[in-house]
Amino acid sequence: MRYLPKSPAERQEMLAAIGIKSIDDLFSEIPEKYRLRQPLHLPGPLSEAEVIQYFKDRAAENSTGYTSFLGAGIYNHFRSVVTDAIIQRGEFLTSYTPYQAEITQGTLQAIFEFQTLMCQLTGQEVANASMYDGSTAATEAVLMAERLTGRSRVLVARTVHPEYRDVLATYAKNSGLHVEEIGYATNGTVNTKAIELALKDDVAAVVVQSPNFFGVIESLEPLAYAAHCAGALLVAVVAEGVSLGALHPPSEADIVAMEAQSFGLPPSYGGPFAGVVASREKFVRQMPGRLAGQTIDTEGRRGFVLTLATREQHIRREKATSNICTNQALCALTATVHLTLLGKEGLREMAHQNVSKAQFALAELEKIPGVRRVFDAPFFNEFAIELPRSVRMVNAELLKEKIIGPLALGTAYPDLTKRALVCVTETTPRSEIERFAAALRRTLERPL
Amino acid sequence: MNAKIKKASRHTNQNEGLIFEKSSPGKRGFELPPLDVPAVDPASALGPHYRKEGIEGFPEVSEIEVLRHFTRLSTWNYAIDLGMYPLGSCTMKYNPRVNEFVARLDGIATEHPYQPPEISQGCLKIIRLLEKCLLEITGMDAITLQPAAGAQGELTGLLLIRAYLEKQGNPRKKVLIPDSAHGTNPATAVIAGYEVENIKSESHGQIDVDKLRDLVTSDVAALMITNPSTLGIFEQRMPEIAEILHAKGALLYMDGANMNALTGIARPGDLGVDVMHLNLHKTFSTPHGGGGPGAGPVAMKKILEPFRPVPILVDRGGGKFVLESVRPDSIGRVKAFNGNFGVLVRALAYILAYGPGVRQATEDAVLNANYIRKHLEDVFDLPYSLPSMHEVVFSDAIQKKNGVNTMDIAKRLIDYGFHPYTTAFPLIVPGALMIEPTESESKEECDLFIDAMKAIAEEAATKPEIVKTAPHTTRVRRLDEVTAARKPILRWKTSCSHT
Amino acid sequence: MPYPEDRRYTKEHEWIRVEGSTATIGITDYAQHELGDVVFVELPKPGSKIEAGKSFGTVESVKAVSEIYAPVSGEVIEANDELHNTPDKINSDPHGAAWLIKIRLGNPADVNSLMDGAAYDAYVTDKSKETSA
Repeated sequence: MRYLPKSPAERQEMLAAIGIKSIDDLFSEIPEKYRLRQPLHLPGPLSEAEVIQYFKDRAAENSTGYTSFLGAGIYNHFRSVVTDAIIQRGEFLTSYTPYQAEITQGTLQAIFEFQTLMCQLTGQEVANASMYDGSTAATEAVLMAERLTGRSRVLVARTVHPEYRDVLATYAKNSGLHVEEIGYATNGTVNTKAIELALKDDVAAVVVQSPNFFGVIESLEPLAYAAHCAGALLVAVVAEGVSLGALHPPSEADIVAMEAQSFGLPPSYGGPFAGVVASREKFVRQMPGRLAGQTIDTEGRRGFVLTLATREQHIRREKATSNICTNQALCALTATVHLTLLGKEGLREMAHQNVSKAQFALAELEKIPGVRRVFDAPFFNEFAIELPRSVRMVNAELLKEKIIGPLALGTAYPDLTKRALVCVTETTPRSEIERFAAALRRTLERPL
Repeated sequence: MNAKIKKASRHTNQNEGLIFEKSSPGKRGFELPPLDVPAVDPASALGPHYRKEGIEGFPEVSEIEVLRHFTRLSTWNYAIDLGMYPLGSCTMKYNPRVNEFVARLDGIATEHPYQPPEISQGCLKIIRLLEKCLLEITGMDAITLQPAAGAQGELTGLLLIRAYLEKQGNPRKKVLIPDSAHGTNPATAVIAGYEVENIKSESHGQIDVDKLRDLVTSDVAALMITNPSTLGIFEQRMPEIAEILHAKGALLYMDGANMNALTGIARPGDLGVDVMHLNLHKTFSTPHGGGGPGAGPVAMKKILEPFRPVPILVDRGGGKFVLESVRPDSIGRVKAFNGNFGVLVRALAYILAYGPGVRQATEDAVLNANYIRKHLEDVFDLPYSLPSMHEVVFSDAIQKKNGVNTMDIAKRLIDYGFHPYTTAFPLIVPGALMIEPTESESKEECDLFIDAMKAIAEEAATKPEIVKTAPHTTRVRRLDEVTAARKPILRWKTSCSHT
Repeated sequence: MPYPEDRRYTKEHEWIRVEGSTATIGITDYAQHELGDVVFVELPKPGSKIEAGKSFGTVESVKAVSEIYAPVSGEVIEANDELHNTPDKINSDPHGAAWLIKIRLGNPADVNSLMDGAAYDAYVTDKSKETSA
């Protein structure tokens, strides 16, 4: 087998050196009745070409050739081929967690650069080296707020991604956290008045997302003010990081939980992505996840090490700030490379293109009778529209024309049936936006 | 600190600064195609939220500078592609490149989890096939591929146990954990809402079954076991342990980090395990990438199936798969979207390459570990003498007499061209050296490693100073971790300038 | 190092020096030596209560965290916040400048059951013999 670097002769030599007759003897500790004496029923073995063919066959059964108008937490953005050229290098791809700093300075410096970029993007003072994704980052941010305030009530906006809220609920059940959802106002932003009314001195955190699940941009200042007056912390969730190329960063928030997928990570049917928790320096000892810190070696030269490790599971065990061990390092590296390629101007330009494309798409769609935008607050690259018919039926028709229609909002928001979430990024060609509008018009014109 | 920082060396590859230090206004590394729709004034569209200026301090560098920067950084790393990582319980095996290729295919990397199932059957079939393969390997009844890593798998497993016991009327209070366990085990138990009770190992490093009998009360929800243990030794009495737990209505959770010793040889499901996680980034070859991404699928017996996290893959008949998110008894969602699908693809590619022959990988892994053990037994102290499986644990007791400890030996191993083994773990072996070669090491590599370890033992005896001040050949020497913890510097700031 | 006689010691390596109805608490030279370079200290706030035998804070080195156990019960009057900037004092002056907290004693007599300087000295000498055996 091509992954096993031993010849039969070498195996024999090694057995002889150990002083046993056969490989079977190496497993004598396992009682016979549990020993598998038949091969497992597994497909294969396949040669390299056959492995590739298997996956190509699967790929052909997916969505190649379709144009998608889906966002909802996963965004299509341009990514340079240079990124793969770097992250595919064996020294990054096949390297281990940098516990032995002297021989992993590459990874450690890259993490330090990632942490810096995340701080610059979010307007926060410290950022960690990654969490699994945005949903678990948001959850960890809430748990962090719980530790910092000693309180257990959490107010979460319904405009936070439904699946992020689901994940928080799963973790909250066992941590004594009491999570309450706060509704949204008619313009699509979180109901600030409702938050103010709910804020008492038992609230650990107020959690909002911006741009929120409806694509609408939230104003954080009044929420931060209200939260702080009650001694609570503001947690801001960012699911579409490219928005930070054109928006004020969530620096009023005490903790930011961001999903870094927009920074060069392909959608990949849901993962792997990279979450980030960023916050104030004074809270750093309650932050979950790894941290790379700058230091010097015995000869005064700059180097980097994992630091403040006493927060983590391998030292603190039961009292750790999180149980996380393996995180999403290579994904964080991907984001780091991507962002350095894009740079200051590139990110700004990408964000502006998103705004222009989304505005264009909205204008085109609103020309169709019966189609109008649901909320009127400013948005980045996603917006909700109202349709005169069931979204599911409309999307079924659009699919025949190789268009993946916008996300139906009615499942997660029962009060929003016949509403759909349209996402347009810099990657959506104008011709496809126009084709989508034309197809939607035709579909709505057809008798039921 | 700025004035005292010296450059690592004159060699350009060794001297690379931070990307922010190479930054200069006006440079760009990536250009976008021109806008094909009318440009909208962002101020009018975004209102007061609009930030006109670019992000302060964000890098501005050209494509070649980015490529050189990260290429140079990469040369400072050790990696499996360069040589052995004898890290215990990490299973640092070869990361097959075909896995990378297929994960990047158009139609695989490009899919959005919310797209209709009609155009996602390829992805769903991949998930189904991997589920079936992992069930076959583990001997379990049901599985979830949602958890993003081992620690999350452990949490999922404990939440399944809690949900099951809760349905029976009492979730119970405690989880028993051996003192040899990986740190994620107790950390996870607390997050799952349980108290941790540690069980001391007996004289052979195994779980003390007689003590266990007394400890399993009706307050105990589960025992978390690793098999083989973190000492690399098979817990022979695991079926008996399972019986003791089951008799009191408790369950057996297995940390599957060490499956590289069992795949194709024995199945945890047959041995009494109720629920376990797997580490795809260990046993199933998906790359470590400097610390993830991984994946931690959780396999379980039928009794736990109703509580599986959502979404759940369902076969609607006629080979039409869908993901269902509504399940009344489910513990809920542990992660948004769909697990680390890209990692699942890589693991399936690995399994397909081996087929039923995956047993041979296990055999070679155990062969390598025992070969190394045989050659180092006379040179390093072996605290537990039961047979080793895929990893062996020595201690620094002999070298300690000359003031040389496991950390020193590990650092000296770097000078010989290897990554260190796992130091100071498991906690029950003071001064531990935990060595797992994996099946990816040839006899030649194993011999090189043995020679290096013997040479270091010799040095520890005759010239200990060279070991205690190692490494000597790396780009940077031992780093000041104390100052890094006392005065953490966790980001670059625009006001910094280093010469 | 001879252990000062103006105070008492616990098996968990804390010292306590009584001054009437108040007392000062710290960790011993043996403790700081075992810990290695101290990087961080977590102390309770003034006004909080400490309970004999229970942990009231932690001392951290790079690779380990140690609980600090209350020698007696009482109420915290002052915490040595200086240590947040200079945790290294715990290594250099554990019996003096690196005191941890000052408390109001619940019951001054509680201290009498603790070891004196000579007894503690003997205790740690034995302990050192154990570990290097």
